Amino acid sequence: MKSYQALRTAPSPDHAVVRGPGAVEVHLMVNGESRTTTVEPRVSLLDALRDRLELTGTKKGCNQGACGACTVWVDGRRVLSCLTLAITCENREVTTIEGLSDGDTLHPVQQAFLDCDAFQCGYCTSGQIMSVVALLAEGHAGDDMEIREWMSGNICRCAAYPHIRAAVRQVRDQGGTADAAR
Amino acid sequence: MRPVSYSRATDVGSAIGAVSADPESTFLAGGTTQIDLLRIYVEQPRRLVDINDLPLNRVEELPGGGLRLGGLARMSDVAEEPELVRRYPMVAEALLLGASPQLRNMATLGGNLLQRVRCGYFRDTAAACNKRVPGSGCSAIEGINRGHAVLGTSERCIATHPSDLAVALVALDAVVQTEGPGGPRSIPIDDFFLLPGETPEREHPLAHGELVTGIDLPPAPVAATSRYIKIRDRESYEFALASVAAAIAMSGGQITEVRLALGGVATKPWRARAAEQVLVGAPATTESFRRAAAAELAPAVSHGMNAFKIELARRTIVRALEQLTQREVAA
Repeated sequence: MKSYQALRTAPSPDHAVVRGPGAVEVHLMVNGESRTTTVEPRVSLLDALRDRLELTGTKKGCNQGACGACTVWVDGRRVLSCLTLAITCENREVTTIEGLSDGDTLHPVQQAFLDCDAFQCGYCTSGQIMSVVALLAEGHAGDDMEIREWMSGNICRCAAYPHIRAAVRQVRDQGGTADAAR
Repeated sequence: MRPVSYSRATDVGSAIGAVSADPESTFLAGGTTQIDLLRIYVEQPRRLVDINDLPLNRVEELPGGGLRLGGLARMSDVAEEPELVRRYPMVAEALLLGASPQLRNMATLGGNLLQRVRCGYFRDTAAACNKRVPGSGCSAIEGINRGHAVLGTSERCIATHPSDLAVALVALDAVVQTEGPGGPRSIPIDDFFLLPGETPEREHPLAHGELVTGIDLPPAPVAATSRYIKIRDRESYEFALASVAAAIAMSGGQITEVRLALGGVATKPWRARAAEQVLVGAPATTESFRRAAAAELAPAVSHGMNAFKIELARRTIVRALEQLTQREVAA
């Protein structure tokens, strides 16, 4: 993964200022790049990513925090972008599925999802992958029971769960967890 | 979602000042309940004061052997605190059995206590709901009420309090620390949650602009042998149908001290005092546990679809106590 420390160049928000309710300039750090967009404070991180920054890899499933399709990382932790307002992410680091691969080389978890046929329709997949990389980094992939529990925030209506767990095991057993996430 | 303005607070005083000066403003912490409710127009503030940068996210030792959990500490971080796991395992278990990893990374402890009910009629702005629109009626009493409460209900509201964490906290006599326009105060957790009664719109005693800064866990050696068990429709990422936080101490097969609280079945996190009274001094047997469970659920009132919860709550109490006392004997 890229190191983001050197790239923390987004201007700091002026804390005393009340912004909005109309559109305001919001400065985000997404996948190591400084991005500026103009959105109302009520706009979710999910909508800002998809509709403004053209990062459509993150999916909108339920839009109410029930499905996990919109999982991204904020400051390296997996969170739901549908329940996060974009403006609250100023001065934080956002990582999406587009930030996982190293150029054309897939992240080991992305490769494992291909190897293990860990998706059918694919709609939940980017959220699943963002969650799996975090799961491995957290050390919650000890056995299948633990994987099930710690992946329960990502629903797959095609029920590809056994293959998703196989993908998790593949990366875990490759010992690829150390550099799987920051 | 209605348009909102936004500011980010850097210290507690200015956060409280910003919210208390404006009746249409509110704090924004993890947002996991709030953004959802804003989006469906159940809550409609004009201004959000983001408090996520405030330094209230620590877990600290209290003089005398307790712990202070920061009001803005995240559920996931608190659940992994070694001293919490060692001294108050049921609190850590309650945290980890709530929501999902992503939500636990976002949600704060203060927000967990202040989360709103999951009653479908509360969330449906076309339905009657005394909690959302006082005086409009309760659609749940004769409606879809399988998930609703059987203890602490009123004719105005039967919505279940959804928190797992708070169930463990009421068993421990935790104290909620707040700071507001009137200064700081300490609120015993059982007084922090209000029964619906005639005013279900009033869920807690906080003033507008009053902020939960921390939660104090008093020293409780009994809590070292404690657990939280949660019965639900699916095994993970689901609210409780019935849950029990229990801590027990025994001597020679007799119960010397017990803490018991129920979730999923009551309008507030429910300290099971009637059951505790039956248990103290009684032999640690299934028979005692059954008598205690029956005593606690004696005043329960069901509304059709949720009648099963009365028996479920009894069995969950018995199971929790059996598991705890077997563990104690085995140790």
